[in-house]
Formats: sequence, C-alpha cells, structure tokens
Amino acid sequence: MSDDCQAATKRPAVPVRIKANRRKFIRSAFLVGGVVGLSMLGYLPVANARKQRMRPPGALEEHDFLSSCIKCGQCVQVCPVAAIKLDDIDRGFGIGVPYIDSREQACDFSCDAVQCILACPTGALTYVKPAFAELRAGMTLAHAPVLKAKEKDAEPTLNLKERTGVARLSRPEACLAVQGKGFKGQARGAAFKGRMRYMEVDRWKPIAVRDHPYERDICDLCVTECPIKDAIKLEETVGSDGVKRYRPVVLEQCVGCGVCEMICPVEPTAIVVDERKAWSA
Amino acid sequence: MGAFERIKVMFGASPAKATEFTPEARQIHELKRMNKADFLAEKQHAREHQLISHKWRNRRWAVLLFSNLLFTFSFWLDIQLLEGALTASRFAGFHLIDLNSALQVMLAHQHIIVNLFIGTATVFVLWAALGGRSFCSWICPYHLVAEWFEWIHLKLVDKKLITDHEFHRGSRTVFWLLFSLMALLSGYTVFETISPTGILSRALIYGPSLALGWVFLLLVFEVLYSRRAWCRYVCPIGLTYGMVGAISPLRIQYRLENCFHEGDCRKVCLVPHVLDVVIKGRAADKHMAIGPDCTRCGLCVDVCPSGALRYDVKGLSKLL
Repeated sequence: MSDDCQAATKRPAVPVRIKANRRKFIRSAFLVGGVVGLSMLGYLPVANARKQRMRPPGALEEHDFLSSCIKCGQCVQVCPVAAIKLDDIDRGFGIGVPYIDSREQACDFSCDAVQCILACPTGALTYVKPAFAELRAGMTLAHAPVLKAKEKDAEPTLNLKERTGVARLSRPEACLAVQGKGFKGQARGAAFKGRMRYMEVDRWKPIAVRDHPYERDICDLCVTECPIKDAIKLEETVGSDGVKRYRPVVLEQCVGCGVCEMICPVEPTAIVVDERKAWSA
Repeated sequence: MGAFERIKVMFGASPAKATEFTPEARQIHELKRMNKADFLAEKQHAREHQLISHKWRNRRWAVLLFSNLLFTFSFWLDIQLLEGALTASRFAGFHLIDLNSALQVMLAHQHIIVNLFIGTATVFVLWAALGGRSFCSWICPYHLVAEWFEWIHLKLVDKKLITDHEFHRGSRTVFWLLFSLMALLSGYTVFETISPTGILSRALIYGPSLALGWVFLLLVFEVLYSRRAWCRYVCPIGLTYGMVGAISPLRIQYRLENCFHEGDCRKVCLVPHVLDVVIKGRAADKHMAIGPDCTRCGLCVDVCPSGALRYDVKGLSKLL
C-alpha cells in the first residue's frame, strides 16, 4: 500500500492517464468490433433468403441490384399503383431495397413508361443493361412487349427488354378454368385494396379491383387482365368424352409482372410468378 | 494550429498545443494575465449582460425539420418537389446524392453510374461551400433525435446516476476504412444496413420500420453509456462530409480578444476537441478558424456570453 503511494508520488498523474487511455483504447476496440459485428449480421438474411424477392422491372441481377441500390425509394414514389415497397432491417443488406408483393399489389404497367426505371438514380433499375451485367439465357424477351393498353398508340410497346420472372400455374387443380367453372363478383373480395388500370374506366387513374366486379362463364381473369399481349392464353381442348376443357397457358412474352397472381380469385392463388426466373420452353 | 493540424485532429489526433504565437496573440495573452482584476470584472460584466439566446439552434432545428419534412410532404401530397430520401433524391428534377451513400454504392458496385456521378458532384460542391459537416447538424435527422436524448444523458450525469464513457476519436476513422473495405469486398452496402440517418429518413417518408428499433438501441446506449457516441466515434457519414468541408470557407471563427476562457462552449459542443484553442493560453493567433470536424451547429455561438465565437465566411469579412 505504502509502496503504491510512494510510486504515485514519484511519478504523479502519468500512470493514471496511461491506465485511462488503455481503458479507453480497449473500450474503443470493443465498440469497433461490436458495431462491425452487428453490421455483418446483415449477411444472414441475405444468405438465408430461400425465396427471392420480386424486384421492380428493369432490375439488375440480385447481387448487382443489392450493391447498386442506394435505398432512396424514388421508385416507390413514382409508382401509380404503389406496387413497390421497401424492405426492412430483417432483410439484412436488403434494408431499404424495393420489392413487389404481386399478390398484394402487382405492377400492371399503368404508368406506360416504366416510371420506376426512369426514377432510379443509380441504374439499379435500368432500361438497357450495362455491358458488365450478366444476362441469363431466357431473361431477354423475344421481342418488345406490346402493352395491351397502348395497342392503338403509334408506339404500342413497353420499354422493357428483360423479364422479372415468369408466371406459372402452380395449383392447376384449384384453377376455376381447369375445373370448368366461371366467376362472378369482386375478384379478390371486398377487403382487397389492390388497384389496377382499366382502360375502359380511365387510362390514367387506376381504380380498386373491388370496384370492378367481373362476370365470366369460364374464369379467364388471368388472361384478360394480363397487361401484355400474347403473354398468356386460355387453351381449349376437347376431351375424348366431348367435354371442353380449359387451362391458362403462359407464353414466352410473359414479363413476370404478376397481375395474374394478383387477380386470381382462388385462395390461395392458383397462378404465381416465379421471381427472377428465366423462360424455358 | 494550421489547416493540416486541424484535419489531423478530425481523423482522431489529439490537438497539439501551439508553440509559436503571433505578436498580437502573445500580447492579448499577456494582457489577460497582467490585469487579472480587470479581467474578472469584465468577465462579470459580460455574464451580467448576457442575453440567453437559442437563435442558431432554433434556426438549425427549423432548417432540419423543414428539409426532412419536405421529403415527407413531397411524397404524401404528391407535389414532387423533393423526391426520394436523404440517401438520394431529386430536387425539382435535379439529382442530389448523399456522398457517403454514393461512396458505399460505388465501392460495392464498382461501376461508374452517370446519374450517380452528376448527383454526387452537385452535392459535393454544395457541402464543400457550406461547411461539410454542417450536413450533420443542419440536415441529419439522427443528429436532432440524438440531441434531444443527449439532454436526458446530461441530466442523468448531472444527478450522478451515470458516468460518461469516452472512446478514442480515431475509432471513427477506423470505421470509415472498415465500412469502405467491407463494401468493396462483400459487394453489399454494409453501412447502409445500420445507418440511422438512412433508416430515420426512410421512416419519415415511407412509414415506421423495424429498423427504428436499432436506432432506439443506439439512443439508449448514448443516454446510458456514452454521450453522442454514434456521431462522435462511429458515423462515417460525418467523416466523409468532414473531409469534403476540410477547407470550406464557412466556419466558426474564434476571437481571442473577446474570450474569457470559461469553457461553456466546450460543454455544449458535440466535438469539443475542435474548441481546444479556447483554453487559456492556447490560441496562436488573434482570430482562429475552428477545424473541419466542427458541425457548424452554432451551439457555441449561442452560449458564448461575449461573442468570441461566430459564424464566418473566409474572405468575406475582409471583402466587406
């Protein structure tokens, strides 16, 4: 004890300061380790993502998309049907990155110009893929997609060169057309908030799907409501018993917009869009 | 302290004591020592006539709230004046891109993007002129929230319920390098995941998110453990803007002849190391520019009873 006191009087203040500095340094090291460690937790959701997110039209491939997106949400702001949402921190590095939940609100191209691509400041959404961006076979559309809504315009095509996914009849047994059934009423019930553009109602003002009831002898909503020409058709076959059978068939011009998934009146949906999937015949 | 010294302090070096003084500065230091009674009397006089003012704080809060809410209302009311969030936006159609977010994207993506480049250049020029870290105190929403929680922290310290723990200021430089490196190596904008600036800005515009929980944890840490820890020791955005404004003409100027060395300014300052020159006997010149780590928040300008700290535009005072 007395030795300590003597030592302290011989070398005043210095050891205390050194000790304090050492503590401060260790504290700082923990801070750096802690914060960096926490930020790297962002890897987990990205690495664990079993089901990919549906990205807005014109998106780069997932890794490039995540690296180039600046998380500003300008794409969210321009979408007339509010199809685009931003991910939360539970998606790790995907925080603030836009996605589309087609079943809730699909992109129906009611903006005509693919506004989200136009709004993107970093080229994460782009009309023309840059040279470095890999394009998987089957991602590029055979020819420019014709937007049914613009069919009578001088330029009927949509400025979109690649698909975001492909639709697939995932539960044919539940499909009303396959069962030979019709459909009458609000496609997704009275509580559904999703909106769509109906050309016969207003070209520039999308309305709620529930405000636009349907009446079909054979349900063909996925076919008629598809905004793209020649992307899906209702195939009619006559069986050996002479009974007509129907089945929606997805064609190569499908861009993966997800309107069929949104409009399908069956719960859960009979047709889905496989995100980022390429076309294979 | 020269410009180079001040930049070193921003990266984490301790402020060095001046060894050479200008004749004027030496004279003022001498005078203050010689007439102690007069000095005390004048100090007393200044104290008695001090106007308690929050002028700059109020202006700053108004600007900060206005610019952040402009994003919100622009979207909600669909007036399309300021679209996007703080990370990247369009003001009346013109690209504005946050410099640190742009840096993260460029490092992660490793490709030049024209729009990104234009937006970044605009913002670079803007903040180089307006003082760099003035972004922190005049725009960053986390700064404002942290300022409010700092008040709780100071109350608790005052009541001796908690003690403040300092970290090494160099940590922020380490963080800046690490986050850059992580973006480069992983190809993800890692920092954006935990950036409270981006999280708060998006929450204000697009609605609340789970990520606000992380921001709240940061605030709790700052209240209970270390005063303004995120802004002082972690945030690479602050350092990026600090570098941009390293030689900015807009800064706080210190006037030795008006100073009574009471240190109120250092108590309210987010970055008190920049105010090292106000300590008695430290100022090497009669008038001195405060370093680039200063956020130009103006709290010191408000609190100084004798007008020794004020906003200054380099060259402009000479011109007038």
